[in-house]
Amino acid sequence: MLLRTVALTLTSFVLTTGIALAQAPAGQDEFVPLSSLPPGQELPAAPLVLASYASFLLLMMFYLWTIWRRINKVEQDLDALKRRQGAASR
Amino acid sequence: MRKIFLPLLVITAALFAYSPYYINQAPYESTMLLVQKIFYYHFATWMAGATAVIVCGVASGYYLFKGSVVADRVAVATAELGVIFGAFGLISGTLWGRKAWGTWWAGDARVSMALVAELIFIGYLLVRKYGGPGSEKLSAAMGVFGAATAPFIYKSVDWWRTIHPKTSVMSSLNDTPGGVIMWNIVLFCTLAFMLLLTVVLAARMRLEELRADLDRLYLEAED
Repeated sequence: MLLRTVALTLTSFVLTTGIALAQAPAGQDEFVPLSSLPPGQELPAAPLVLASYASFLLLMMFYLWTIWRRINKVEQDLDALKRRQGAASR
Repeated sequence: MRKIFLPLLVITAALFAYSPYYINQAPYESTMLLVQKIFYYHFATWMAGATAVIVCGVASGYYLFKGSVVADRVAVATAELGVIFGAFGLISGTLWGRKAWGTWWAGDARVSMALVAELIFIGYLLVRKYGGPGSEKLSAAMGVFGAATAPFIYKSVDWWRTIHPKTSVMSSLNDTPGGVIMWNIVLFCTLAFMLLLTVVLAARMRLEELRADLDRLYLEAED
């Protein structure tokens, strides 16, 4: 249990620190027109928009699934306990 | 709540199903063009997340001073929702910033404070799960202080000027015809996220009630 907690905390720390340390790129000395950029450096917007909406959908589906799974688990435990109590009282 | 749960769920699902079509009708913002469309879910998720953490803070305070068990259940459920909405807010902001600002992480006051708030509420849930007996009160104190960060996060863009737009950008939307359409879509998405918050909160509260029933039965069985 303790090992799991420590692992979870460390993973969260490493992930968030990694993001926090990713600083803005260094400034440039002159303007560069979009047309003179090499094709690889022109960043398309559509994949970012799609990734954003897809990440919301996936995150929410996963979260709803975890709630559903936890409710099922507790209901199963409740039923098992009630059955055990019923058997003991007989 | 159980009677209106299903109608609320259907309405929420319908709003979310319609939202991509509605967002597609929004005019392009002049400098950011397509990537600005992330804004509609990004803003709405932060509104839902802020509501969740403020409710968590109030419920935590009420639990600390009055000892209300229901308030404690509301607090733990909203803390979890605050983490979920906050995570999506950070992810969508990162994706938007990559195109609009040329960086994944601007590291300005608002995003840094939002990350800290996210960590506080992850800490809340960790304390709650692994803290053992008495962790409810400890996590409640974390909930109060976590919620206290919300107004600072909101006003940070006005107090510390960075690349992040000021809060006045929202009220300026109504000044132009295209802006009015954008504003209506913002309100639509915010309503959808608020309903989602309500529906998921109800489901999460049900889980807490069942856990309380299970604990009560275990205690009865031990007696």
